Amino acid sequence: MGLALSVGLIAWYIVGYVWTLPPTVTISNTPGSANLTLQTVASYGRPPHPDWVSYLVKNEQGQWVHSTVWQVPANSIIHVTVLQYDGASGLRNPFLSQPRGVIGGVMSVNGRLLHVLPDALASHTFTIPDLGVNVPLKGVGDNAPNQCAVTPCTLSQAHVTVKFAFRTGKRGWYRWQCFVPCAAGWIFGNGGPMQTVGWMDGYLKVV
Amino acid sequence: MDDRRMLTRIGIVWAVLSVIGILGVIFLLGPHMPPGRESHNASDQTQVNILLSVIMTPIVILVWVVFGYSMLNFRQRGEQIEDGAPIRGNSTIQVGWVSTTATIVLFLAAIGTYELVEIGSTASGAGAAGGQGPTPISVPTDHPLQVQVIAQQWQFTYRYPQYGGIETFSLVLPVNRTVQFNVTSLDVIHSFWAYQLGVKADAVPGANNIAFVRTKETKSFEIRCAELCGLWHGYMSARGEVVSGAKFSAWIQRQQVLNAPAMHYVPPYRKIYFPQPYGRAG
Repeated sequence: MGLALSVGLIAWYIVGYVWTLPPTVTISNTPGSANLTLQTVASYGRPPHPDWVSYLVKNEQGQWVHSTVWQVPANSIIHVTVLQYDGASGLRNPFLSQPRGVIGGVMSVNGRLLHVLPDALASHTFTIPDLGVNVPLKGVGDNAPNQCAVTPCTLSQAHVTVKFAFRTGKRGWYRWQCFVPCAAGWIFGNGGPMQTVGWMDGYLKVV
Repeated sequence: MDDRRMLTRIGIVWAVLSVIGILGVIFLLGPHMPPGRESHNASDQTQVNILLSVIMTPIVILVWVVFGYSMLNFRQRGEQIEDGAPIRGNSTIQVGWVSTTATIVLFLAAIGTYELVEIGSTASGAGAAGGQGPTPISVPTDHPLQVQVIAQQWQFTYRYPQYGGIETFSLVLPVNRTVQFNVTSLDVIHSFWAYQLGVKADAVPGANNIAFVRTKETKSFEIRCAELCGLWHGYMSARGEVVSGAKFSAWIQRQQVLNAPAMHYVPPYRKIYFPQPYGRAG
């Protein structure tokens, strides 16, 4: 009886973990182009994991939503703006310091066009492996004033603005993730928010 | 029916079915046996799989024939009867059984060991393309192409130390060339599995795991992580390609240009990068 209950609880946990995804946020269903606006924060500041690092996304109504499952149109250009509020922790693999798979092979960092970011300045990456997209995101300086503590962060708080664009291809679900092991307090930085959809990884639903 | 007649019947049925089964394994199943023939190592593994199947076929058929014969001729009708008296002390059967199975097992062990340590001067390259740690038992003598496989949650990248240590997202290899994979990891344990090439080697942080392969055909191949490594383990896959020598040269030159900005920050080539699996965690 006890064994059956234990197996049932473990199965329930695993199934729940696997199948419980955050809500899908529709960025646009209109083919052609879409604007995807994101922010990365050092700590979400709210339950269930107030100290977890996370991405947030702006929905069509202009509200910040805590989700990493985003719906965008197929065969379109996605213009991405990332408001980066977290500090630099560096890339584990400096090979990821170059923006790839983006239009023009270039990203804009606070209005300045860059073909590469020194690996030590990176805070996170925005990477869609199956689309060949990888963009390193510059971190906020340690001494920057007015740093954000609780989400959603605002434009008046210390941040770095990173802009780039990429093309979506055919329809499908594409996983994306951050390649910086940025889960503070977890072994080698790879636990918690790095291993949970809704925080530092998710899906791009191309429709 | 006397025992001799029964054994003769079983023997004839077994012999006929075994010949048919072995021919089927060689000519029908053999061409589709994994992992294929895209590398010499894969070919060797396929040959061994065929050999194992050929050895196994008459054994399986013998079991099935005896089973079927017994079902047809010795099945119980009507009331249950008592078990027959146990047979003890048939030294001919005992010696025959032990010596036959021991011969088969020792033969398979010898074949497996040969495939594992096959010397580098043969056409197959060296070894069974399984990771043999930092000091392989056998090393090829024809100056293999060095390719470092770097695993990170959740993607493989590759470095070519003989081409300035260039790092790439894709794995491209020249045909008819012995390749030495130096497999390592930047975080947890992964496993580099180039299925159609017959290569599989664990990627362990702080360790250099060496595997050899000799390419044979210009084709693409599947790359997967074969060690459960976290949330996106199932997505840690890609396709690699074996191309002609000229195409490989052009590709590697293009990679050197495309990835030049990042290579400014990539550390010098080393067999391992984090002796302790330490990263710049936030």
